[in-house]
Amino acid sequence: MDMNSLSPTMPTSPLSMINQVKFEDEPDLKDLFITVDDPESHVTTLETFVTYRVATQTSRGEFDSSEFEVRRRYQDFLWLKGRLEEAHPTLIVPPLPEKFVVKGVVERFNDSFIETRRRALSTFLTRVADHPTLTFSADFKVFLTAPDGELSAHKKQGPGLLSKVGRTVRAAALALRGVRGRPEEFEAMSGFIEAFSQKMGLLDKVSQRICKEEREYVDEMKELGPTHALWAELEDDLADTLGGVASCLDRCCQATERRLRGLAEALLPVLHEYVLYGEMLTGVMKRRDHIQAELESKVEALTYKKADTELLREEVGKLEDKLECANTALRADWERWRQSMRLDLTSAFAASAERNVRYYEQCLATWESFLATQSDLYAKEPPEDKP
Amino acid sequence: MEQAAPDLERPLQPAPLEPLGHPDAGPEAAVGEEAEGAPDEEGPGDRTMTENNFCLKKIEISVSEAEKRTGRNAMNMQETYTAYLVETRSVEHIDGPSVLTDSLWRRYSEFELLRNYLLVYYPHIVVPPLPEKRAEFVWHKLSADNMDPDFVERRRIGLENFLLRVASHPILCRDKIFYLFLTQEGNWKEIVNETGFQLKADSRLKALNATFRVKNPDKRFTELKHYSDELQSVISHLLRVRARVADRLYGVYKVHGNYGRVFSEWSAIEKEMGDGLQSAGHHMDVYASSIDDILEDEEHYADQLKEYLFYAEALRAVCRKHELMQYDLEMAAQDLASKKQQCEELATGTVRTFSLKGMTTKLFGQETPEQRESRIKVLEEQISEGEQQLKAKNLEGREFVKNAWADIERFKEQKNRDLKEALISYAVMQISMCKKGIQVWTNAKECFSKM
Repeated sequence: MDMNSLSPTMPTSPLSMINQVKFEDEPDLKDLFITVDDPESHVTTLETFVTYRVATQTSRGEFDSSEFEVRRRYQDFLWLKGRLEEAHPTLIVPPLPEKFVVKGVVERFNDSFIETRRRALSTFLTRVADHPTLTFSADFKVFLTAPDGELSAHKKQGPGLLSKVGRTVRAAALALRGVRGRPEEFEAMSGFIEAFSQKMGLLDKVSQRICKEEREYVDEMKELGPTHALWAELEDDLADTLGGVASCLDRCCQATERRLRGLAEALLPVLHEYVLYGEMLTGVMKRRDHIQAELESKVEALTYKKADTELLREEVGKLEDKLECANTALRADWERWRQSMRLDLTSAFAASAERNVRYYEQCLATWESFLATQSDLYAKEPPEDKP
Repeated sequence: MEQAAPDLERPLQPAPLEPLGHPDAGPEAAVGEEAEGAPDEEGPGDRTMTENNFCLKKIEISVSEAEKRTGRNAMNMQETYTAYLVETRSVEHIDGPSVLTDSLWRRYSEFELLRNYLLVYYPHIVVPPLPEKRAEFVWHKLSADNMDPDFVERRRIGLENFLLRVASHPILCRDKIFYLFLTQEGNWKEIVNETGFQLKADSRLKALNATFRVKNPDKRFTELKHYSDELQSVISHLLRVRARVADRLYGVYKVHGNYGRVFSEWSAIEKEMGDGLQSAGHHMDVYASSIDDILEDEEHYADQLKEYLFYAEALRAVCRKHELMQYDLEMAAQDLASKKQQCEELATGTVRTFSLKGMTTKLFGQETPEQRESRIKVLEEQISEGEQQLKAKNLEGREFVKNAWADIERFKEQKNRDLKEALISYAVMQISMCKKGIQVWTNAKECFSKM
């Protein structure tokens, strides 16, 4: 993602300047490159799982070295995502590929499943690396650099199980209560997220359907060329023409397969990622709402309680700051996300359209060169709808 | 296939007044010989030929309309059928105006009657086929219903094509029944039936028997039969595959229409991307709907293939006729040979082969010389008759082979020309489809690039 194209789109009134989060410390050039590859399956007595090689190259000072190579499994990625969400509840953390495919093939170790997942994991880490805030997360650094044994030790640090449970219970109580006065802009944001998620889901389905139809088309088309070739064997005068048609059909069939591959490899993963982004965004809204709900409940408590008002007032103050920060962070990250969404989706669709143009151009060239060989008869045909 | 190109202006009819090659022709003589003949103007019967030259230069035939009708059939039950308007125009001079000379309505069964008549009276001709009676090789969007307007339309074109083919055939175009088909609406059926052609038709069983038992058919016909079987098989297969491919292609294009719908909905919630998405959606709709015309054109290509699928059957019919005649000839020759042998045995008194007469002679004693004389006389008469018949059959057979092969050569050239044209027009169709695709997707790409 091109960070250079971003400029803060906030109104520059003096008051808002104070709270504005400026992404000025973005590096102009990327200084962190990550690749995810080399899936390996591991079998233990308890389970079977896959690890991926995560290779990092960086010129950043905070890193002890310029190159790192570690092996991580899906669980580790999940852990990282959880930590990022916890540390930055209203920043838009990129999505991870799903745990497993519920519908269709449930085979976790199917090659194409692993490949799809590998790519998605790579995209995830790159997006984190390109995020102006998340890229400096300590957990991120640990994820990229800690030798394999150390990571599990590091994972065990952080809030204990009991406090996690306590938080969840509180969260549930607050969720039940709901948020009272959601600001207009977040109301609009929420509406957009809902509609957007639905549209992405539809686009994902349509694209998958197109893949399926094209697959079936290719399968049937494979027979068309050979059938003409078979016929050519019966004939003398016609053999030439029939053979020509047969080879054109074969070539077009191959071009169709290439187009299908392109669709599956380039467009589908992007659409799927944005379907998952929809879920992420919903989560972000929830967490923001949660913070506001916390504040509101404390404010309510302050109104009705007579004792400990000093303490409560302090807590309310803290929560107000927390909400302010959260909202500001979300606002900025929202704009950033919108920009990259627009770029990602339009370039994915543009690339898909380009692939289709090239496909038709290849087929056109094939048929036109065939016609040239039949020029004696073709010359007598009136040229049809020449532009 | 070494035969010279036939002179199509000569009427190629059996010529009875020919000098023969071998008087006591055996079965072997019937294979692959060419009898030179002086052209004769006679046809299969004077009353079936006409002076009118219906070659394509002089007249135009069209099946211009189709109409649903209801009537009563032979069992007095109500039925619905389609009638087709057959119009004939004569053209005074090339590029001159055409004048409508005849116009009448015919239904499919009458076309069938005409064709069956032609099959019987011109067994040496590859008779053009009719369009299919029921829709076959349909892909799912195409209706298999005989009353469906698209099917009726395609059948109308097929029937017109049939008439044009007959009219452009140097021999068939002069047939009187064909002429009456175009000019006399009422009573035509009765006239056809009065020719008694159904009785003249060879029984299927006889033909099948001949196919199995014939010993020495002309090799070219045997090869041709194999060719027509394989042609039929390969074209059927091609049509089936094509129908399935058309089905799938239709699916691919139509699903893109869903993109159109979703882009349009999505554009409603976007500000900067809104217009771009709307345009992109529109292009997707254009793409999705373009498949209808594309597949309609392809259907035309399928129809051209179908015609030759049915032509294969006509080819086989000619081969069958040859086998029948050849078998007939072989049987006659065999019969003659055995009679001659019997005669010889009676004359010399030796018994070389088993015969019932010989057996009974052994059992019940020799016959008297008078009895033997009279038997020899009878046999000699039969032999003489048999020799005449064999001569005639031989000649008939050779004429058939010559004339049939001439028409087959004509047919082959026509087939190669037509199919080459059809394949080229298929390529042109594909090119047109590709160009449309390039245009739509280039437009879509621009939309996305600008967003």
